[in-house]
Amino acid sequence: MEIPFLTSIVIFLPALGALVVALQNNVSSIRWTALGTTLVTFVLSLGLWWGYDPAASAAAPQMVDLSSSWFPDSLDIKYFVGIDGLNIFLILLTTLLGPIVVASSWTYIEKQHRGYYALFLLLQTGITGVFASFDLILFYIFFELTLIPMYFIIGIWGGEDRIYAAIKFVLYTLVGSLLMLVAILFLGYEAGNAVNQGVFTTDWFKLLDYTIPVATQSWLFILFALSFAIKVPLFPLHTWLPDAHVQAPTGGSVILAGVLLKMGTYGLVRFCLPLFPNAAQDWALLFAVLSVIGIIYGALVARVQPDAKKLVAYSSVSHLGFVVLGIFAFTDIAMQGAVIQMVNHGISTGALFLIVGMLYERRHTRLMEDYGGLATSVPVLTSFMIFSVLASAGLPGLNGFVGEFMILLGTFKSEVIASPLIVGLATTGVILAAVYLLYMVYSTFFGELTNDANATMPDMNARELALMLPLAILMFVMGFFPTPFLKQMEPSTTFIMETIQERRADALELQRMQEGMEEGRAVRVTPAPPESGSTSEATPPTTLPE
Amino acid sequence: MSHDLLVRLILLLPLAGAVLLGVLPLFMPALRRREGLIGTIGTSVVVIPFAIATYLFVSYGGDPVTVSYFTWMEAAELSVDFAYRIDELSLIMTLIVTGVGGVIHLYSAGYMHGDPGFWRFFAYLNLFIFAMLNLVLANNLVVLFLGWEGVGLCSYLLIGFWYTDLKNSAAANKAFIVNRIGDFAFLMAMFLIFSELGSLSFDVLLTDAASVLSAETIDYIVLLLFIGATGKSAQIPLFVWLPDAMAGPTPVSALIHAATMVTSGLYLLARMSPIVLETEVVMMIIAVVGALTAIMAATIAITQNDIKKVLAYSTVSQLGYMFMAAGVGAFFVAIFHVLTHAFFKACLFLGSGSVIHSMEHVEHDLEHEGEDVSDFDPQDMRTMGNLQEYMPSTGWTYFIATLAISGIPLLAGFFSKDEILFKAFEYGYDGNTYAMFVWVVGVITAALTAFYMTRSYYLTFMGEERWPLADKIHPHESSWKMTVPLWILAGGSLVTGFLGLPAVIKDGKWNWIHHYLGANYGGPVAEASVSAHVPGSLEWGLIGLSSAIAVGVFFFARSMYLSQGIAFDVSLKERLGGLYELWEHKYRWDDFYDNVVVEALINQISRDGLAPFDSKIVDGAVNGLAGATQESSSLLRRIQTGVVQNYALALVFGVVLVIGLMIFGG
Repeated sequence: MEIPFLTSIVIFLPALGALVVALQNNVSSIRWTALGTTLVTFVLSLGLWWGYDPAASAAAPQMVDLSSSWFPDSLDIKYFVGIDGLNIFLILLTTLLGPIVVASSWTYIEKQHRGYYALFLLLQTGITGVFASFDLILFYIFFELTLIPMYFIIGIWGGEDRIYAAIKFVLYTLVGSLLMLVAILFLGYEAGNAVNQGVFTTDWFKLLDYTIPVATQSWLFILFALSFAIKVPLFPLHTWLPDAHVQAPTGGSVILAGVLLKMGTYGLVRFCLPLFPNAAQDWALLFAVLSVIGIIYGALVARVQPDAKKLVAYSSVSHLGFVVLGIFAFTDIAMQGAVIQMVNHGISTGALFLIVGMLYERRHTRLMEDYGGLATSVPVLTSFMIFSVLASAGLPGLNGFVGEFMILLGTFKSEVIASPLIVGLATTGVILAAVYLLYMVYSTFFGELTNDANATMPDMNARELALMLPLAILMFVMGFFPTPFLKQMEPSTTFIMETIQERRADALELQRMQEGMEEGRAVRVTPAPPESGSTSEATPPTTLPE
Repeated sequence: MSHDLLVRLILLLPLAGAVLLGVLPLFMPALRRREGLIGTIGTSVVVIPFAIATYLFVSYGGDPVTVSYFTWMEAAELSVDFAYRIDELSLIMTLIVTGVGGVIHLYSAGYMHGDPGFWRFFAYLNLFIFAMLNLVLANNLVVLFLGWEGVGLCSYLLIGFWYTDLKNSAAANKAFIVNRIGDFAFLMAMFLIFSELGSLSFDVLLTDAASVLSAETIDYIVLLLFIGATGKSAQIPLFVWLPDAMAGPTPVSALIHAATMVTSGLYLLARMSPIVLETEVVMMIIAVVGALTAIMAATIAITQNDIKKVLAYSTVSQLGYMFMAAGVGAFFVAIFHVLTHAFFKACLFLGSGSVIHSMEHVEHDLEHEGEDVSDFDPQDMRTMGNLQEYMPSTGWTYFIATLAISGIPLLAGFFSKDEILFKAFEYGYDGNTYAMFVWVVGVITAALTAFYMTRSYYLTFMGEERWPLADKIHPHESSWKMTVPLWILAGGSLVTGFLGLPAVIKDGKWNWIHHYLGANYGGPVAEASVSAHVPGSLEWGLIGLSSAIAVGVFFFARSMYLSQGIAFDVSLKERLGGLYELWEHKYRWDDFYDNVVVEALINQISRDGLAPFDSKIVDGAVNGLAGATQESSSLLRRIQTGVVQNYALALVFGVVLVIGLMIFGG
């Protein structure tokens, strides 16, 4: 059975749930509404996995919902959402984390339940929309939409310095995204003039038809990449993250680390690389160097944090360095590694934040020195912690290894970042991850129980087990059986890589022609190489069957 | 039966055991006390694979069999399968792992009796066997790496098994992190191999690599793999984790830190031997590092008083011997020593466990008598003595294993060690000066080995009883679950040497292990060829020399420690002075790592450098920028009301404005 408008339903069902939540007063029914909505959304999103056929077409998204009637005809801005191998996992991760976050907030959130769950559901709509959008303006709207709920979630339900952290989060991200907006508007007009009969367009596929001059690419790329680099966050733009993580309630941290940061890396893959391939390759080395600095720097700073949550926050800086490195390696293996690592990081870091949150809920402290010896009092929680730590540290057989291995292997082969030194330095992150993560386990869970509050701490309850189990199972499944996931994404990552190649060649060709004309020489137009599956073939029809 | 099914069973039984014993009792505490059930399941899932491996060994036809189950990772030109390889090398290793492993599982049922973590212990041990089998059976480097890191994980879990003592957990962390430094090099080697060959499978690697790869690439690959091996197999400079690893329960020391896991570095080199042989320079590094490690650890072992620490340094030293063998291109001899060492060292460790067990009873009895036992260390040989009388089985088996490791003629260690020394000599005779150096160091180390092992036996099992109230409190022999394994392993220490009779006998035709593993006879393990053969008389002379050294040193140490006991250590210290102190302080490696590397990286760079840099400079710049903007703009100041809702409203307003402009203004 095929459900019509499934993609849109998965995007907007949580928003509808938010509306229902907002109309209720009873705490219990608010929680159950939120849980019900997120669960139904998750089940429906499985239909996307089911319905998406990677063999069908590499380029075009599937299960597309398209509507241009929302905007005047003078602008070619569309409601254009769909599923492809690039976003399917991030959407599924979002919908999976939905019910998990609701369940984790069940007793953690002690005030203003209605607002919390409503905002949270709204946030989910925003994030899902970001991943599903194939129109830049639509993408931008969803991108900004995620800011507002997150802002309130940190600012109202956060820790002691929540206001500072919330404002920092918003201002930092906003600066980046406003720069991106400027770039989007410029790009829309330019592309409109070039390929859309003068009509402003932000349709991803139409933008891909427009060969952007190399010089223009440069600054457009910078504006886009800056916005995404803040979101990732890439060193040295990361300092909003530890504050936001530490102050956010557990649910907020899980969403933040799990999927919100991936909007940055996803944006790089979806827009920065294929739209501005020449600039992206020109700047690749810088991004690789910053990634490597992030990997090592994040790890070292994580090691000396006394606060467990801050430690995990800095671990994100380190881990996402791998993802960015993989993206800028421009090889198929590293690209697939980067995409699957986005998901892996969401799962294992989400799990780490959940466990740190469980400890916080029990003892109201995040300082590791307040704990110690917990393995005796809470063996089940300890087991889940060690399992998640191992996944996060990239132990083969668990999910983290697959992504890191493919990224590093692919980067080693990279011709754009042809530097064994960079790969070598990045690989030291594997050592450092063990250093800081095992230190956390050591000081929190091992040793003697010296504190009564720790000794009498209750172990995980059924609700907490229920929300950790799916993540633990996924860590194992994606560690041993990543192939189905890789197969699902391969056509789309291949399409991205091919697009990058073609568009890069086109832009260089354009540059050569312009240079030739400027110098007043006779231009010898070399026909586009036929082997690279000419542009018209690779580009899908812009009018898609409903 | 098909190999497909049998290999599946060999791998999955221990995994099933680990999952069953690890998960069920975790959630059902009532099950945790069912020691009989747990011990039976835990041991059978290792013994059955041993039986299967025996069948495979017996029915092995001479041609490698590979089985492939499913694809692990596949992307572009990368394709990694869960593929396994049955050949002579993997069969021998599988037999060692499951055979010695099974015996140690049985022993553990006795040793861990009454421990609240009994279930966890068997779960971890089973998981270890699973990982180790992946390591030795893998048909590509990535699956091998899965096992490689998996055994490291189990080692971590088992060293820190008694986690309430933070010292144990610290030792566990140290082991994992130091191993990861080696793993880093292993990863880099894989990246390099893949970028050059496009495959990580042994099918490609062992046939094409040597001819396809450039000499320089091979140098790098082998060097990186060797660095990986120095981590796992505890060689200079990464050996420091192994002595600390003795914090784990003693069966762990026997299984993981003596018989199996620490030999995986050797296995790796033997597996890759066709490539390793291509690089003279790295082989020289391997042999010299092995020799230096061997003599360094042997000298440290002389000064140790903790019975397990002696054995730990002895293990490091014996591993050094194996690397010497690998470095002179005699990989099959390295594996031979892995095999004999697995028996005698596991026997020694389990014997020490039996001793520690009964000394703990002594401690308990002393406490019962109202003695102050806060200073009593059940592992300190200085409080032991004359245990042979109370623990005859433990004593005799320990004695046999001591003779074996000391190289007393006709016991296991004699044949394997002598073969290593001979190969080094032969290589040196052929004109390699470094091999001659290695041979000299090896001979000296052989003397040291006989000395410290004899010392350990006589301090522990002979002489005076040195614990308090010795006339009243007596140690007891351990239960059959512990003594039967001891006798099995002692039996192995007696006979396994005959698997590799020296070349001088019957022209080497009776060297079974050579004929079985060697590439010259159709096996998987390549070996260096020498042009100048050592004459038979000289070889007999060498055998005579090592025999004389071993026997001579044995009787010397025996008489000294029998007559003077621990007092001889004091006179030794006086005579050797600063040198002895250097040994006692383990050449200050730990001081160097703790005070220089860790101190610099964690405290100076991270805590005092980067962390303040992050909050003051990186974050400070951002906050400063925000502050400056706020100061300079009066308009902004008016807007900066600090009320959360206003910001949000502004934000929404901004978005709406932008969309509005686009729709109506465009």
